Formats: sequence, C-alpha cells, structure tokens
Amino acid sequence: MGDMKQYLISIYQPDGPTPEPEFLEPIIAQLQQIQRDLRKSGSWVFSAGLHAPDTATVVRAKGGDAMITDGPFVEGKEHLGGFTVIKAADLDEALAWGRRFAEATTLPIEVRPLVD
Amino acid sequence: MDVGRVYAEEYGRSVSVLVRVFGDIDIAEDAVQDAFTEAARRWPVDGPPPSPAGWIITTARNRAIDRLRREAARADKQAQAALLHAEAEPVEEGAVPDDRLRLIFTCCHPALAEPARVALTLRLLGGLTTTEIASAFLVPEKTMAQRIVRAKAKIRDAGIPYRVPHESDLPDRLQSVLSVLYLIFNEGYSSFVRKDLCAEAIRLARVLVALMPDEPEAMGLLALMLLTESRRPARTAPDGSLVLLADQDRTLWNASMVAEGQSLVRACLRRGQPGPYQLQAAIHAVHSDPPTDWTQVVQLYDQLLALTPSPVVALNRAVAVAEVDGPAAALSLVDELDLPSYRVFHAVRADLLRRLGRPAEAAEAYERALALTETEPERAFLRARLNSVARGGHGP
Repeated sequence: MGDMKQYLISIYQPDGPTPEPEFLEPIIAQLQQIQRDLRKSGSWVFSAGLHAPDTATVVRAKGGDAMITDGPFVEGKEHLGGFTVIKAADLDEALAWGRRFAEATTLPIEVRPLVD
Repeated sequence: MDVGRVYAEEYGRSVSVLVRVFGDIDIAEDAVQDAFTEAARRWPVDGPPPSPAGWIITTARNRAIDRLRREAARADKQAQAALLHAEAEPVEEGAVPDDRLRLIFTCCHPALAEPARVALTLRLLGGLTTTEIASAFLVPEKTMAQRIVRAKAKIRDAGIPYRVPHESDLPDRLQSVLSVLYLIFNEGYSSFVRKDLCAEAIRLARVLVALMPDEPEAMGLLALMLLTESRRPARTAPDGSLVLLADQDRTLWNASMVAEGQSLVRACLRRGQPGPYQLQAAIHAVHSDPPTDWTQVVQLYDQLLALTPSPVVALNRAVAVAEVDGPAAALSLVDELDLPSYRVFHAVRADLLRRLGRPAEAAEAYERALALTETEPERAFLRARLNSVARGGHGP
C-alpha cells in the first residue's frame, strides 16, 4: 500500500436526552469492536467521544479581550457526538469503515479527508 | 486519418492511460491535449503514424514527463509526486481496456454529486469541452467549469481511487455508472435537438459492455438506448410535432439499431438475471416488433414494477393496461398516482379521458400537460390534441 491518507470519521447524533441503556449498550459494544478492528488493521490514528454540546464554551478574541460565551458554536438539530481519525489507502477504504460506523450507530457518518 | 476522428475515438482511452501513469487528472488532460495539438501540426505534413492512439499516448507521456522534470527541478512537490508515480507505472501503450473502466468508475463515484459525475464522464471519457457540456445541459459555462474543477479537486483531496471497485461494492457502483450514462442519453433524447449526447452515451455504453461483458444490465442499457434512438427519425412529423409510437412510420426506424438492440435484449435476458434496464429494453423490443403484443408489455411492466416500484413505472404500465383492458381500467390506475408536476401524467390522463368521451376533462388535463412541457415538438402535439378535443372530436 503506497501513500496512506488520513480521514476524519464524524458521528452526528440528534440533540435531546441520552437514549436508554438497553438501547445504547449494544451500540457501544459494536463501536468498541470497530475500534479494536481499526487498531488490529493498523488503520487507527485517534478517536474520542464528546460530552453533550451544552457543555461547550466558545471563546472569541475581541480587541485584546477574550469574549467567552456559553454553548456550542453551531446550533442545530444534530451535534458532533464523537470522531475517529483513520489511515486508509483511498476514499473507498475509508468509506468501508464509515459504513461500519453507520451500521452500528444507525446515524449519519461524515468521512472527510485531512490535509496531508 | 484525420485528427478529429482519432480525437473522438481515442481521447478517453488516452486520458485513462495517462491518469493511471501520473495518478493525476489535470496532468493527464493537459498532456493529451498537448499531444493532439502536436498531432494536428505534424500528421498533415508527415502523414499519420501507424498506430495513432499509441502515438498520442507516447507523445503525451513523454511531453508530460519533460514538463514535470522541469517543474520538479524547481522543487514543485506535485510534479515530483507525479514523476515518482510515473516511474513506478509500467508503460502499456494502446489497448489497456482496464484504464478506461477504472476512470469510468472514478468519474461516476457516488461521493460526487450526480451533475458532477455526468460532467466528468463527458469531459474525461467523451472528450467534450467544458463549453460543449455547458451548452448541452443549458448551464452557464462558468458554472460548468466550476463544477468540473470542484469535482476534480474532490477526487484528488478525498482520494477517490482510480480502480474498478471491489466485488462487494461492484453492484452499487455499476448502478451509478449506468445511471450516469442513461442520464446523458435522456438529456439528449428528451431535448429533441441535442442528439450528440445520445450518440456519446451509446458510444460510452458500448465501451462499458465491451469491458464488462458479464454484466447483463450494461447490455440492457445499451439495448435500451439503441432501441429508443432507432425511432428518432420517426419521432417528429415534418411540421416538427411529436409523433406517438403507434402512429410512427416504421420504415423510418433505423433497422440496424433495431436489430442490434433486439439481439442484445435476447442475449442479456438469456442470462436469467433481469434488471430494470433489461426489462425496459425488452419492452422497447416488443414495440420494435409491431403489432405490439400489449399483454407481454403489461407482463414486463409487472416485473419492472416489482423491481423498481415507482409511480412513473406505474404510469407507463397503465398506458399498456389501457390497450389490454381499455381506457377506463387504465384511468382508475392513473388516478391513484401522485405525480402532479409530471407532464406525462397529465398527457396520459388527457388521452384516456379523450378516449372515454370526456372532452372537457381531457381539455383541462391537456392544458396542465402543456403548462409543464418545454420542448416544442411535445407542445405542438399537445396543442393539436387540445384543439381537437375542444372542437368536440374524440378519436379512437
């Protein structure tokens, strides 16, 4: 495999209360399996889950001061719930991993290349 | 051997080979353009080379390497990468059919928006200029140029590969290729005037069938295009208005296209894996063998509807039902469909109402169809029908 590219795989989830454990647990188990498979194949670079968007804080630099506001920068019906950075030979390979995330979470998954 | 003809036949193949060699679409396009410019200068003087395609590919490759060496010497990283890529790739001049196949799959990758797939396919495999593609799709040239630039950037930055997809992805990905080719064809056919697009779509479908002889849907698509195109000369009257299939002068049909289309339909259906394109082609094949066996057409639409349940297919099926069970049965099927902005829906309803002796309702439906129709041949046809029902006549 020649040049490897890196891709950001983002999981977008709907706003609102956390689903019940009996719904969430099998999903988390599958996500952990994908993370193990990523490491085993040498494709894993980094991954993280995020706290809810209402824990976010936005900082803006304004005339020498930092202006701090509560809440996420982008308000919407969905938010970034977690992400994984992978190495892949090409987009098709990255999309194959993306598909596994989509199947496990039943959520839309964004696959986006990192600048080399 | 004139350069224009070689260009039409060999542009896509040459670009495909060069994309493989350099791993970069822009370098490949520039190099092939350079080579054709050189050919236009030299062939009329020196005479054409024994293998024009091979000459173009070798010339393009050599010129690109010279240029990249100069740029690489100035520490251009992209040029250096392309040179390394070229050194690692063996030279295989001429007939490496896989290169075109790879590039078709790249151009029709589902990660690109559909209009971008269409534009890239026409540009890289068909050799059409941005100006030609823009005018064919009635889009400003600047918009089309941006669309192509953005698509090429995405291929490069997102790493859309130049290869035939893995077995597991192949059915979906082939579907995307077929639908791009059919879109190109339909754009040409429904416009009545941009028939170059039909010829280009047929040419590309032929390439695909030659490269993927085991895919019956590719064959089905080629057959569908040929059978549709075969009727073009009979499709408009001398006054420019649309002529319906039943009223066409069959002696005007292109007999060799009909024969080829019908033999392709037989060949693909023999594989026993019917798909939407094969079934649509089979329906056209029945029409191409008049008088139309409408019972068989209804059966084929039943199969098509089972595979691709859509209101448009159901509408077409209802047209066939009208011939078997009469217009009343067909109208009750049509009235269940929700296609208020589809001109054909209103035209079909109008025709059924006319045949049922309900001229006022027919006239209203013709008016609606007219309001949604843009091409002049269809408008002329609908106006004539509207006038006739308005005068109280109702035909057969």
